[in-house]
Amino acid sequence: MDFKRINEKLEILADAAKYDVSCSSSGSNRKNSNKGLGNSNGMGICHSYTEDGRCVSLLKILLTNHCIFDCAYCVTRKSNDIKRAAFKVQEVVDLTINFYRRNYIEGLFLSSGIFKNADYTMERLIAVAKKLRQEENFNGYIHLKSIPGASDELMREAGLYADRLSVNIEIPTEKGLKLLAPEKDRKDFIKPMEKVKNEIIQYKNEKKLLKRVPIYAPAGQSTQMIVGASGETDAEIMYTSAYFYKSFNLKRVYYSGYVPISNDNRLPTIGSAVPILRENRLYQTDWLLRFYGFDVRELLNKEHPNLESDIDPKLSWALRNLDQFPIDVNKADKRMLLRVPGLGLKSVNKIIKARRYRKLNWENLKSIGASLNRAKYFIICDSTTFETKDRTSAQLKSIILSNSNSKFSATLSNQLSLFDNHNTLSA
Amino acid sequence: MKTILKYDGSFEGLLSVVFYVYEHKLKEVSIIKDKHYEPNFFDHSIAILSEPKKAKRVWQGLSKKLSPKAKTKLYKAFLSETLKIENTILYYIRKALSASVSIENDFTDSEILHIEKTVKKVDREKHRMDAFVRFQLTKDGIYFATVEPDFDVLPLNARHFKTRYADQRWLIYDLKRNYGIFYDLLEVQTITLELAKDINRGDKASIYFTYEEIEFQKLWFNYFNSSNIVSRKNIKLHIKHIPKRYWKFLTEKKF
Repeated sequence: MDFKRINEKLEILADAAKYDVSCSSSGSNRKNSNKGLGNSNGMGICHSYTEDGRCVSLLKILLTNHCIFDCAYCVTRKSNDIKRAAFKVQEVVDLTINFYRRNYIEGLFLSSGIFKNADYTMERLIAVAKKLRQEENFNGYIHLKSIPGASDELMREAGLYADRLSVNIEIPTEKGLKLLAPEKDRKDFIKPMEKVKNEIIQYKNEKKLLKRVPIYAPAGQSTQMIVGASGETDAEIMYTSAYFYKSFNLKRVYYSGYVPISNDNRLPTIGSAVPILRENRLYQTDWLLRFYGFDVRELLNKEHPNLESDIDPKLSWALRNLDQFPIDVNKADKRMLLRVPGLGLKSVNKIIKARRYRKLNWENLKSIGASLNRAKYFIICDSTTFETKDRTSAQLKSIILSNSNSKFSATLSNQLSLFDNHNTLSA
Repeated sequence: MKTILKYDGSFEGLLSVVFYVYEHKLKEVSIIKDKHYEPNFFDHSIAILSEPKKAKRVWQGLSKKLSPKAKTKLYKAFLSETLKIENTILYYIRKALSASVSIENDFTDSEILHIEKTVKKVDREKHRMDAFVRFQLTKDGIYFATVEPDFDVLPLNARHFKTRYADQRWLIYDLKRNYGIFYDLLEVQTITLELAKDINRGDKASIYFTYEEIEFQKLWFNYFNSSNIVSRKNIKLHIKHIPKRYWKFLTEKKF
C-alpha cells in the first residue's frame, strides 16, 4: 500500500465529504455470522468527535470529487478550482477494514461526485460495498449514497449490501433548486428514493412469509437539506421534511446549516456565519414531530412561518396555547406530559413509572430530572404551592428567559441583529 | 450499634455479605471493602469471606422479587466502585425482598434513584470504552489497547468486543486496575500482565508495533483532522464529548 498517495487522496476526499452531516450508524440489524468481522445491530457508536463537536462514527469519504454537475452550493461543483482525486475500489475496502479492526469506526459512508453518468457512478459505489460484504466478510455498517437518476436495478442491488441509503435533496424548495442547481430535477432525487422505499416494503412483506429473504437496507433511508442557502422559510423546510418522512418512510432528515464556500452571488458570501442556532431549532422541531407527537402545522403555519430563535419550539407552542395549561402531572396522559416545556422523553417516562407509587411533588419532579424553571408554569402536582398568577404569554416568556441561560446567548444577540439587518434588506 | 462488614471487594464477596446479614438478622450495618477500611477504637467490624455457594443463593433468590434488568442494575452499580454504594445496594435488596410489589421504578425513593443514576454513569462509561478503545496491531499479531476507565467496566465490554471482533485476537488492558480482557479467537479471559513501561510512548512504538500499524494511525489522524469544519469550531462541545482524560489513549489526539 502506498501510504503517502493514499494519505493525499484521503485528505482531499474526506474534506469534500464532510458537509454531509449524517453520521448515524444505528438502526441496522446485521449480525456477525460465521466469525466474520464486525456487526451493526443495536445502537450506533460515536468513536470520536471533531473539534466542531460533531460525531465521527463512519469513515465518511467520496469515491471521487470529479463531478459533471455545477451546483452552486456544492464544494465539488465542476467550475470550482480545487484539487481532484479518485479512490480505487480496493483502496476504499482496505481503508475501511483497517480502520474498523482498530475500533476507529462503525463502518463506511461512501458518497461520490458524479462522473460519466449516474449509473456508472452508482455501480462503483456498489462494487465497494459488495467487495466488503463478500470478500472481507464484513458485517459493519455501510451507508451508500443513492445517486440521483440511478436505475432501479442498481438501487435494488445497492440495498442488498448497504445498511442505509440516502439521497440528499439539499435544497428544500423547487424554486431554490432551479436557481442553484438548474441542471438537476427534483424527479431524479425522488426516483431512487421511491425504488428503495418499495423494496423495503417488499422485503418486510416477504419476510413475514418466507424464512430466508436477503436483508435489504435494514437501516432505511435518510436525506439532507441545506439550511440558509436559498432564502427559504422554516415552514418551507419543515413541511418538505414532513412530506419526505411520510411519503418515503425516511428514518432521518438532516439539516445542514450552509457553510459559505463560494463567491457566487446567488448565495451567502464567504465569511458569513453558519446558521447554527437556526439549524438547532430545526432539529428540535424535527424531534417534536418524530417523538413528541406534534403535527408540523401546530408548530409552523401561515401566522408563524419561522421558528422563534430565542426560545425552543416547544416552549413557543406552549406560550401560544396557554389555554391548555396547567396540567396535573399526576393525572395527565403521556401525550400531554410530552407537551410540557421542560419535560423531556426520559423525565416523562420516569414520571409515569414513579407516579404509580405515590403522587409526585416538586421535590420528586426535580430529582427525577425535570427542568422546573420552565415546567413549573405549566403544571401542578402534589403540593399546595404552585404558580397562581395569571400571566400573558409575553410576560411568561420574559420571566423564563431571564431565569435561564441559553448556550446560544452570545450567538443570539449577534444573530438577532443579523436577522434585523436581513429584514430591512428584504423589506 | 452499627456493625462494619468488610469484604474482599468482589461482587461474589458482596453477595456473601448480604447472605451473612440475613443469616444473622443484622439490622444496622455498614459494608466496606477491605482495602478502604481504617480500623478505629469504636467500631465493631467483621471480615466476611467470599463464598460462591452463598453468593449464588442470594443472586438466585433475588429473582423472586427483582427482574433480570434490576439485577443487572445492582451489578452495574457495584462496578461503579463508589464509596458506600454497597450500603445502597443492600438497602435496595432489603426493600425489594420485603415489598409485596416491585420497587424498581419507585424513583421517589432517593436511594433507588441513586442506584438508577449510578447505573446511568456506569453505562455511559461502558459505552465510552466501546467507543474510545484504540487497538494497535502488535508485532505478534494481537490488537492491543490500554484504557483507564472511571469505573470498572471492562467486564461489561467483553461481549461487545467478542461479537464484533470475532476473527482477530485482541487485548484490552485496564492500567488503573491492572487487569485486562483477552480474546484468543475462542473466548474472553481475564488476565494480568507485566506491561513494558514504554509501551505507550510514541517514540518507542516501532519496538512493539508494525510499520503498517504506525502508518494507519497517521492516516486516521489525518482523516480526523480533514473531516473537521473550521467555521463551525466548538471546542466546548468537543471536550464535553471527549473529556481530556481520554485523550492520551486516542490515536487521533496522539501525534
